[in-house]
Amino acid sequence: MALVSDKPPAPRATARTAARGGKPTPYWLLLPGILWLLVFFAAPLVYQASTSVQTGSLEEGFQVTWHFATYWDALTEYYPQFLRSVAYAATATALCLALGYPLAYLIAFKAGRWRNVLMILVIAPFFTSFLIRTLAWKTILSDGGPVVSALASLHVLDVTNAFGVTEGHRVLATPLAVVCGLTYNFLPFMILPLYTSLERIDVRLHEAAGDLYARPLTTFRKVTFPLSMPGVVAGTLLTFIPATGDYINAELLGSTDQKMIGNVIQSQFLRVLDYPTAAALSFILMAAILAMVTVYIRKSGTEDLV
Amino acid sequence: MTATAPTDSSSGTDVRLTAISKSYGAFTAVHPLELSVPAGSFFALLGASGCGKTTTLRMIAGLEQPTTGTVELAGKDVTALPPHKRPVNTVFQSYALFPHLDIYENVAFGLRRRGIKSVKKQVGDMLDLVQLGDYARRKPHQLSGGQQQRVAVARALINHPQVLLLDEPLGALDLKLRRQMQLELKRIQTEVGITFIHVTHDQEEAMTMADTVAVMNAGRVEQLGAPADLYETPRTTFVANFLGTSNLITAEVLDTSGETLVLRASDTKLALPRVRCTTAPRAGGKLLVGIRPEKITLTHADDAGTIPEGRNRVHGRITGSSFIGVSTQYLVDSPVATGLSVYEQNIERDSRLMPGADVVLHWNPGHSFGLDAAQSIEAGTDAGEGT
Repeated sequence: MALVSDKPPAPRATARTAARGGKPTPYWLLLPGILWLLVFFAAPLVYQASTSVQTGSLEEGFQVTWHFATYWDALTEYYPQFLRSVAYAATATALCLALGYPLAYLIAFKAGRWRNVLMILVIAPFFTSFLIRTLAWKTILSDGGPVVSALASLHVLDVTNAFGVTEGHRVLATPLAVVCGLTYNFLPFMILPLYTSLERIDVRLHEAAGDLYARPLTTFRKVTFPLSMPGVVAGTLLTFIPATGDYINAELLGSTDQKMIGNVIQSQFLRVLDYPTAAALSFILMAAILAMVTVYIRKSGTEDLV
Repeated sequence: MTATAPTDSSSGTDVRLTAISKSYGAFTAVHPLELSVPAGSFFALLGASGCGKTTTLRMIAGLEQPTTGTVELAGKDVTALPPHKRPVNTVFQSYALFPHLDIYENVAFGLRRRGIKSVKKQVGDMLDLVQLGDYARRKPHQLSGGQQQRVAVARALINHPQVLLLDEPLGALDLKLRRQMQLELKRIQTEVGITFIHVTHDQEEAMTMADTVAVMNAGRVEQLGAPADLYETPRTTFVANFLGTSNLITAEVLDTSGETLVLRASDTKLALPRVRCTTAPRAGGKLLVGIRPEKITLTHADDAGTIPEGRNRVHGRITGSSFIGVSTQYLVDSPVATGLSVYEQNIERDSRLMPGADVVLHWNPGHSFGLDAAQSIEAGTDAGEGT
């Protein structure tokens, strides 16, 4: 200790500036992250990119022939599944927002000491696997089961039939089942960011708005909702992106008429073994999601909030 | 509704609280109290934290429902009205500016909610009044504390409320800025003529700004009056100690026959005009004699003969002194009380007045006040020091 305190302060200060400006210590700290990205993100991406422009067959082997026509062929053949994926994911996201916002609002502002209990309940489904939960829905919605019978006797199915999202006395193997499965599975991803951004809002802002002649509904429209926009954007992205690429819900709860693009990619990779088409579809999906997300973030004007 | 809607300073009373109280379960934050605030006045609710002053303010704003009693604004009972239907506006302690709106929209918020379309001129005028015209398009977080505070005032005042409520609006500012804003707020109040109700724990702030001060303690109003009256004639030991500093001496009442009471503390006889006594004195009973430190003169014991007749005299010994600049503060122990505080102006300093010196404290009996001895002599001392 004596040695340290005997030294004049100036050299220590210069040593510190040198460390900040010249020494590479901070960059070493980035290394694990960069390595992780290289091995698990960049490398597979490059590998898939090269696969997508290969031609050949499993028996003769695949060669890179820069055959970009695969992209066009994949798009023309599977565009219905693309559109369906976007439509299902968008509907599920809208439903998640409609269900999740009031719940997140309740937990953030009205739950009091029940707040933590309710948050645990929101996260509780994660304690079981995604697959098991979706399989459970298959049982719940099974033909002639109590849920379907109840829905039929309450004439709910008549309404959904009229909208064309169910058929006859079935819920399983209809668009309704797939969208409900998506909504159920991704709801926590909507609620968590919504809760986080709502919980951060100072309740005195609500009082201030009321004090300045805003009715409760106006307070929500002009103060609460704008301030929760970061949560809305984050929640919709966290729901929409994985829902678009999801295949388990369509696989377990839908029929061939409800196949989403995830199902196509999965079967191309694992059953048809047409790797170039599967890789090309993955890239198209990625590009489409990136484009939609970019437009969405620009439109919602929250670049600086996300 | 026109822009200049609810201002009505012609009537006598703006705010009348009748038997108003607030309880949270078993805890009573505000005991039933009556309060009338004259129109156009600058009214301060002064007290330590937790005394119920903010709760009282929030009941006027409608942010808190009173447990009992009624709130009247300009003769109209508004007790049942929600905040957005009351003609009052609040400047919140933390300002509560809307972080997603710029200064212009923050100030225009109240006008827009009342459906006023052309707000440009009014907002411009209001921003000029608080000297923030160039900041209209900034966001609140880009402004300093003092500027945010002025935005909060502008945002409330633009609505021409019947009453402007200020909840410790200067609490977050540093001392220099606070002094500046006190004068600024006083100027604005004089300019717009709206009734201000100002909640503060800073006694100096309350006395500088307000026409009338209500001193609150433990959910009750201890005393209400003009700052000078409260200071010169406190009616309770709490007010005597909370507003400035008081020396309180326990004395026995010897004679109540004349206009001047004769008291005895230890072996010292003290005089006190009957009119300066806020309690009915009884011969043989006890009384607290209060005297402010700056009203006492110190004379060295050797010069005791020069003290004019008719002044109360107390012998003592200096135990401590500190030089403040404009004055020197002495602590004096005497048989009548220990730790008496004396402030002497630094005009002609007597170099003999050092710790250990024997002195005579003397004052004009008319400058002292008499209080009921049944109350705690310490009340309000801790609370007053925090400011």
